[in-house]
Amino acid sequence: MDAMASIPKRVGEIRFGLLSPREVRKMSITPIITADTYDDDGYPIDMGLMDMRLGVIDPGLICKTCGSRAGDCPGHFGHIELVAPVIHVGFNKLILKSLRSICRNCSNFLLEPQRKNEYLEQLQQLKIMGHSTDDLVNDLFKEARKTKVCPHCNEEQVEIKFEKPSDYIENGEKLTPTEIRERFENMSDDDVRLMGMDPSNARPEWMILTVLPVPPVTVRPSITLESGQRSEDDLTHKMVDIIRINQRFQENREAGAPQLILEDLWELLQYHVTTFFDNEVSGVPPARHRSGRPLKTLTQRLKGKEGRFRGSLSGKRVNFSARTVISPDPNLSINEVGLPYAIAKQMTLPVNVISRNLEKMRQYVARGNDVHPGANYVIRADGRRIKVTDVNCTDLAEKLDIGWVVERQLQDGDIVIFNRQPSLHKMSIMAHHVKVLPYKTFRLNPAVCPPYNADFDGDEMNLHVLQTEEARAEAEILMKIQENILSPRFGGPIIGGIHDHISGMFLLTRTDNDISKNDALDLLRKSHIRQLPEPAGYRDDGEPYWTGKQIFSQLLPDDLNLEYVAEVCFKCDECDRENCENDAYVIIENGELITGTIDEKGIGAFKGHIVDKIVKEYGSTKSAEFIDDMTRLAIRAIMRSGLSFGISDEDIPKEAQMHISEIISNAEDEVKRLIEAYEARELEPLPGRTLDETIEMKIMQKLGVARDKTGDVAGNHLGLDNSAVIMAKSGARGSMLNLTQMAASVGQQAVRGERIRRGYTGRTLPHFSKGDLGADAHGFVKSSYKSGLNPTEYFFHAVGGREGLVDTAVRTSQSGYLQRRLVNALQDLEVQYDGSVRETRGVIVQFKYGEDGIDSTKSDYSNPETIHSIVKSVTGKEVEQ
Amino acid sequence: MRNISLLDHELIPKHEILATDELQTVLNHYQIDKEQLPKIKSSDPIIQEIGALEGDVVKIIRKSQTAGEGLYYRLVIK
Ligand SMILES: [Mg+2]
Ligand SMILES: [Zn+2]
Ligand SMILES: [Zn+2]
Ligand SMILES: [Zn+2]
Repeated sequence: MDAMASIPKRVGEIRFGLLSPREVRKMSITPIITADTYDDDGYPIDMGLMDMRLGVIDPGLICKTCGSRAGDCPGHFGHIELVAPVIHVGFNKLILKSLRSICRNCSNFLLEPQRKNEYLEQLQQLKIMGHSTDDLVNDLFKEARKTKVCPHCNEEQVEIKFEKPSDYIENGEKLTPTEIRERFENMSDDDVRLMGMDPSNARPEWMILTVLPVPPVTVRPSITLESGQRSEDDLTHKMVDIIRINQRFQENREAGAPQLILEDLWELLQYHVTTFFDNEVSGVPPARHRSGRPLKTLTQRLKGKEGRFRGSLSGKRVNFSARTVISPDPNLSINEVGLPYAIAKQMTLPVNVISRNLEKMRQYVARGNDVHPGANYVIRADGRRIKVTDVNCTDLAEKLDIGWVVERQLQDGDIVIFNRQPSLHKMSIMAHHVKVLPYKTFRLNPAVCPPYNADFDGDEMNLHVLQTEEARAEAEILMKIQENILSPRFGGPIIGGIHDHISGMFLLTRTDNDISKNDALDLLRKSHIRQLPEPAGYRDDGEPYWTGKQIFSQLLPDDLNLEYVAEVCFKCDECDRENCENDAYVIIENGELITGTIDEKGIGAFKGHIVDKIVKEYGSTKSAEFIDDMTRLAIRAIMRSGLSFGISDEDIPKEAQMHISEIISNAEDEVKRLIEAYEARELEPLPGRTLDETIEMKIMQKLGVARDKTGDVAGNHLGLDNSAVIMAKSGARGSMLNLTQMAASVGQQAVRGERIRRGYTGRTLPHFSKGDLGADAHGFVKSSYKSGLNPTEYFFHAVGGREGLVDTAVRTSQSGYLQRRLVNALQDLEVQYDGSVRETRGVIVQFKYGEDGIDSTKSDYSNPETIHSIVKSVTGKEVEQ
Repeated sequence: MRNISLLDHELIPKHEILATDELQTVLNHYQIDKEQLPKIKSSDPIIQEIGALEGDVVKIIRKSQTAGEGLYYRLVIK
């Protein structure tokens, strides 16, 4: 390429206009006159739709117009002379507006000459200032349409009606495209300017087509099927239709066919040209393929998600990527991803052969492409790519030399990029090291589910293999999981223990488990710990034992100091701190867990204080190691006792059940009394509320209290020996409310925060009398999930449940669109090395990133008191406020 | 005539016209031309109050929870 071509040029102006018939003919290489494509020998027919001068698509052939090969030849336009003019569907709106604002007789714009000049002046002014003329032009159209008599020839104007798809009715008769075109042709240049058009670039009559450009074959390539049969592009099919009808029209006209038949043919020609541009015009039956599939014509190529803009330009499919279902593997490091053998054997990474890796690369090539880790291609020093097969592998390995490139298969330790859609934040795309594994799914440590928002109910993820050293280095330094443990959203960890990790750690560290040597070794077996601490004590038989707190402490850095209130805290009025009877006050001194239970507040994603502290004070490698060891320990701990949940875990004693029904019937009585007071007009309205609102609120409140009370009753009978309670209290999964609903009472169902009121006039269901305000008539479910719901309760439950579903469906689509708009607006902003935020022209958006220059992942929840703990750790003294 | 000062309102940060030498320091610091600063319209009430003219640069001092004070500069345009 010559040097001139690489100098960047500035786009000064983009001009949009209409193609004039002259331009169409000028850019055309040949008129297309025959609808046939190939002759009997399979050779393209001259002046047919596949004319060789329209460009080449078959490799090896040379273009008859420009002499280039397929791929270099851009293709060349042809044209069809239409026997009768037709309307371009894309301009129907503008044609209608124009017709209505010009005289039906003399084609003058329907304004007094003086007004015209005023408007022309204004338009000129707007153009000079670089403003949009759209609003003014629309005013003009409106004003002209109001004129009933032409000020130039005194002709009375008639209302023109538009009928789908492209008929213009005047005085009950259809205007033919020829008539419309004539009116436009007679317009003066100044009148055209009044319509917001530039007469040198766009004359209104060009909206009525007399010549149709034929797109080059490169735009509509035909494909050869396996059977050797040629299959043409949809656009070609459409062009064939247009040419056929065009010819028939001409023959009929020359033969002097009756007007009726000619009109039908004209209509048909209009139909084919219309569907050539857009096959989804309302009021036009879409043109179909023989199979019944609607044709994909010009508009369909551009429009929508799979269209040229959103599908091919904004988003593309890429090479070196893989996609499959994900599944969990707690034995992998958080930095790893399990890659199926089948994928590892397909995906490659280019390695430059140098003297120091020549022997090694020979081994890869010698293994061929079927034995992992082998090589799939080699590229010779002269740039030729050769596929490695088991036939040529030994030969190629021998020939392999410095300067060649080997595309070797992925193997353990290679860095790849892993992604789950929707990619809403930067942690949706992170780098992992490959671990090649059997079977067909990507495997990942469940601790990295939160940043990807992944679960294993069939989720699929994408994987990309980096092809250059620079990309791999960047991924390693910036994108690896361990570098993204802290979320910039809130400055805390987004990776950490989930579900069973939390339950397991809770079970391990809660009670003074005595753990035998065997068990202790087993618990720590998968961690990097190789030494047991001094035992906590000795059993009666002289055997040593260790506590769960001790075992967990082994994973902590030796100089870690931390104090916080655990998730299990009962929020007592006065905290007993280290003497907490629930063991909910965590104290870690010099890497030793002294008191407290480790739960979600300690190791959980989002909330884990220990994870947070380790990342911020010991760095990412140490944190990754901690999370790996901690999750593996937790899984081993939970397997020691097992943790399961069944229907019998919701059992509560008879007395408790009676207590619950008593609470509920009391509440119902209270509601009844409220209603009586309301009906007797004795109820005092709450400030700022109507009486109706007041009674609703009071009832809701009464029933809410009752449900909570039943929950308390059930909770008193379900202790920490119940697995659901363990999960709820430790923050692993679920809540006490879930348990209340299962064991005691489901409670009030609501739509938009109110009791259910919709349904028949005056009542929700025919089971109740009109005007019944009672609890059961408006969606209070007193049964528990375990005892089962009665039919009306079940119905209300479904009503309430549907609101939740609709809400999530609506919210995701709305927030998705919002995200798209935000990203489109902000994608070019960049934080500079001086801390300022600038866009591409160098215009400053923020003088300091976020106006304070703070990186939230390095700021400990934006809490300025962080400095105090640092001062304390350095000086040993508490900072005074 | 308005008889209150916008600057007295708690939600309106302090605006002041930047002196030429100070402006030069800012432009040098960020290695930019005046046109690459953020803009503010001369019709903006606060600009009219402090009497800044087209081509002036105003310095805006905002209160910030994290940074104490955040500085911002805007070029006054028509
Ligand atoms: Mg899922
Ligand atoms: Zn060509
Ligand atoms: Zn007229
Ligand atoms: Zn407590």
